[in-house]
Amino acid sequence: MTATPVSPSEPEIGRARRRKEDARLVTGRTRWTDNMSLPGMVHLAVLRSPVAHARISAIDTTEARRMPGVHEVVTGADLAERQGSMPCAWPVTPDMKTPYAPALAVEEVHFAGEAVAMVAARSAAEARDALDAIDVDYEDREVVLDVEAAARDDSPLVHEELGTNRSATWTFDSAEAGTGGDVERALRDAEVRLDRTFRQQRLIPAFMEPRSVLVDPTGEQYTVWSSTQVPHILRTMIAMTLGVGEHKVRVIAPDVGGGFGGKLQVTPEEMLTFLMAERLGRPVKWTESRSETMVSAHHGRDQVQRLSLAARADGTVTGLKVDLLADMGAYLRLVTPGIPILGALMFNAIYKFDSYRFTCTNVFTTKTPTDAYRGAGRPEATFAIERMMDELAAELDMDPLEVRRRNWINHDEFPFDTVAGLTYDSGDYEAATDRAVEMFGYQQLRDEQLRRRQRGDTVQLGIGVSTFTEMCGLAPSRVLGSLSYGAGGWEHSQVRVLPTGKVEVVTGTSPHGQGHVTAWSQLVADRLGVPFEDVEVLHGDTQSSPRGLDTYGSRSLAVGGVAAVRASDRVIDKARSIAAHLLECSEQDLDFSAGRFSVRGTDRGMALTEVALAAFTAHDLPEGVEPNLDAEVSHDPENFSFPHGTHLCAAEVDTETGRVRIRSYVCVDDVGTVVNPLVVEGQVHGGLAQGIAQALYEEAVHDEDGTLTTATLADYLVPSAVDLPEFHTDRTETDATSNPLGVKGVGEAGTIASTPAVVNAVVDAIRHYGVTDVRMPCSPQRVWRALSGARASSATAAESGGGLGSVDPDQPFPTGGDR
Amino acid sequence: MPRITVDVDGTTYTDDVSPRTLLVQYLREQLGKVGTVVGCDTSNCGACTVHLDGQSVKSCSVLAVQADGHEVTTVEALARDGRLHPVQRAFHDNHALQCGFCTPGMIMQALDLLAEDPEPDDERIREGLEGNLCRCTGYQNIVRAVRDVSRQMRPGAGPAMEHSGRTPAPRTSTEQADTRVTGGQS
Repeated sequence: MTATPVSPSEPEIGRARRRKEDARLVTGRTRWTDNMSLPGMVHLAVLRSPVAHARISAIDTTEARRMPGVHEVVTGADLAERQGSMPCAWPVTPDMKTPYAPALAVEEVHFAGEAVAMVAARSAAEARDALDAIDVDYEDREVVLDVEAAARDDSPLVHEELGTNRSATWTFDSAEAGTGGDVERALRDAEVRLDRTFRQQRLIPAFMEPRSVLVDPTGEQYTVWSSTQVPHILRTMIAMTLGVGEHKVRVIAPDVGGGFGGKLQVTPEEMLTFLMAERLGRPVKWTESRSETMVSAHHGRDQVQRLSLAARADGTVTGLKVDLLADMGAYLRLVTPGIPILGALMFNAIYKFDSYRFTCTNVFTTKTPTDAYRGAGRPEATFAIERMMDELAAELDMDPLEVRRRNWINHDEFPFDTVAGLTYDSGDYEAATDRAVEMFGYQQLRDEQLRRRQRGDTVQLGIGVSTFTEMCGLAPSRVLGSLSYGAGGWEHSQVRVLPTGKVEVVTGTSPHGQGHVTAWSQLVADRLGVPFEDVEVLHGDTQSSPRGLDTYGSRSLAVGGVAAVRASDRVIDKARSIAAHLLECSEQDLDFSAGRFSVRGTDRGMALTEVALAAFTAHDLPEGVEPNLDAEVSHDPENFSFPHGTHLCAAEVDTETGRVRIRSYVCVDDVGTVVNPLVVEGQVHGGLAQGIAQALYEEAVHDEDGTLTTATLADYLVPSAVDLPEFHTDRTETDATSNPLGVKGVGEAGTIASTPAVVNAVVDAIRHYGVTDVRMPCSPQRVWRALSGARASSATAAESGGGLGSVDPDQPFPTGGDR
Repeated sequence: MPRITVDVDGTTYTDDVSPRTLLVQYLREQLGKVGTVVGCDTSNCGACTVHLDGQSVKSCSVLAVQADGHEVTTVEALARDGRLHPVQRAFHDNHALQCGFCTPGMIMQALDLLAEDPEPDDERIREGLEGNLCRCTGYQNIVRAVRDVSRQMRPGAGPAMEHSGRTPAPRTSTEQADTRVTGGQS
């Protein structure tokens, strides 16, 4: 038997492999859903409500039906018996109020942008033209826009039948849970007590590829292509919502152009495209315009956060009370109610609070539903606590880093049981902070800040700190169960060694830009000792990848990657028994390394590729061994992973114009073992961009009628290349102990950490003028108003939004910022 | 319907198009050139950027009829004989893309930028790409890729290699500098 020589090569894990995915993407050889056309395909267009809250008194489709090229016009009344109600998989409390959520509004619309009718036509243009010929009579009802007003008993109702706008109230109390003391006592006994209210503005995920759905009903199964993060969840939900057999639905997520949580959704449009295809018996494609995305795809964040913090005079924190109002928008989408609850376990962050209480009330308004957006609950929590730590430092005239050092969990205290009931497995906040401080030139910048203050420069310098952690890698199924989530958190993988020795890895994760194909290839190539190029990763099609829970919550590597590694190990175990049989030795005498089994103490052995061929021919296999080298694993993680890091931002604030310029941004993240440093750095960069955008640029603004005024990319300020600084990044590596790779999630870390770093810097720059807060986004106007208010009255400026949510009564125009 | 003749990626097409058809719709829906994509409806995102006679335009802001008699180059024409164009290679090498949806437009705009200024500094690169939005990368690696490729490409390399001989020769870098990108309004 001849052995194929396998040259020893450097390990794949930790190697900056260029991505396999790029070859198609840089040449335009792509498979976006909208790229696809099928024989006989018709195009779907959706008519949307221009008003936020109204009764539909009549819809006349007569004219639209007569338009050229029109095949079918459908209203909510036509579908009332067929469409079911859009699913919500996270009933956070047993008594949660859930409104009926039709894909196509039947009697009433509850937000501007809600679908009220749809047209199928020969071309997209003809379908769009016919929308204009549909005549809808709306009887206006009172809009409900401000979340605080909506939560009051005297508010007009979004859903009359629920009798309230409050969907649920969710509470965690450390005294009740036995994880800590009584927060009210801590606040009573506090030497220092801080009370602050922060506003998490409403954001729009703004993935670059608008959503698109294509449904082909002409096969034995319905085939659904969708620009989604969650093909597996979508398949199950189509079945459960529409009463179609799950085995009759195949979902494919082809190339997907970004998601950021925005495509972690089961959408009305997916149901509508399916129902139209069912109705017509021919393929139907729907592709949205950007303006449609902005009003109808879910939004993110949107919370009012009230925090009370108790501390001793030396800066030691003792208690934290958090009271949230979370704006659900008009309906509960897939995981809407659970998003703010994900933050519940994170407000205590890296600090050793003795007592903690979290209460969140979920409230309906007549606005686009909210749901996951990059970070999903944790950015909100991290923002609030990191702002509070800076406020505490200011209150005590301490350095903000010193306050944090005094309170954080030391590296020798892990594993650490937190006051919120989680166990942080590992971390080294000292190391990350020391490195960041060194890179940043912390003291020099503080010196410059002092000089500028003394000189009274018009441009002041501020330094913002954010020492964050987050919980990701959703998630241990038992934890999700305890949070009443409607599914588990496992992930599935199958590894197959083909007869020629090439390898297929099937994963249940569903990448949309993250680079799983490259990273999973590295993981499996290392494990099996095969070349990186010989590994193919199959994903995003419920036919080729039948089991999985998809990609969100920075879970893919820590859960799905680990599943692929464990499946590889099972392949090796299987191959070992075949190799032992063929080499006539015991399994215990075989060593496996670099893709080769060797009989210990001899020069005999065989390569994995040879075992694969032997398994395929099956001429001589040991008793009971099946003729293949395939293995699969469903992996349920034992814990979350807890990436952490220290982010430092130096911002210059022009006190005459309010303009903020980020002068320097340094972050040192600890995401455990790094599989591909190139991909990790890319994830950090992108995360930073979105977190900085929340701090400085982005806000979904509604006018007093509930119309989204930031419904294009001209009005909603997704930053361009000139709006963002150069980032200086580094890493420390403290391995996670909860998975065999030592990896932690990285997808959301940058977004979670950066927002408070930037806002802390802005406030720090102008705090000596009496400013204690600037509401996000810190646009020139907001900063200037904060400054002018503070200077005029020595008090904090009246910020916008009083009573009208995102609307500034004094300035009824979008205040999203300037370019 | 008006009849137009357009050279797209080296092939000449003659088609009847509706007057309101946008160039990007013509490319995607009639010619199957789906490598060029649509990301917005207000000309903000730049995902649909192509070259019209060697000059970058947002193909959502050009009518198909305006391309009559002109030469269009999309991202699909850049790689030759199985070899990536240097800009494509630089995007790959520098991890300048994640989901890749903005990438075709970003690459076509980067080429235009380099034709105009063969040795741009970072600030100039950022300004030159301001009309192209990316939601994944934070732009840093895109800037790095363009800086990287500027060292490898000679002035005017982009338009020159697109030139098929049926249309006027590409502008020199001096001519390019004197010409403003007009968004298709020639």
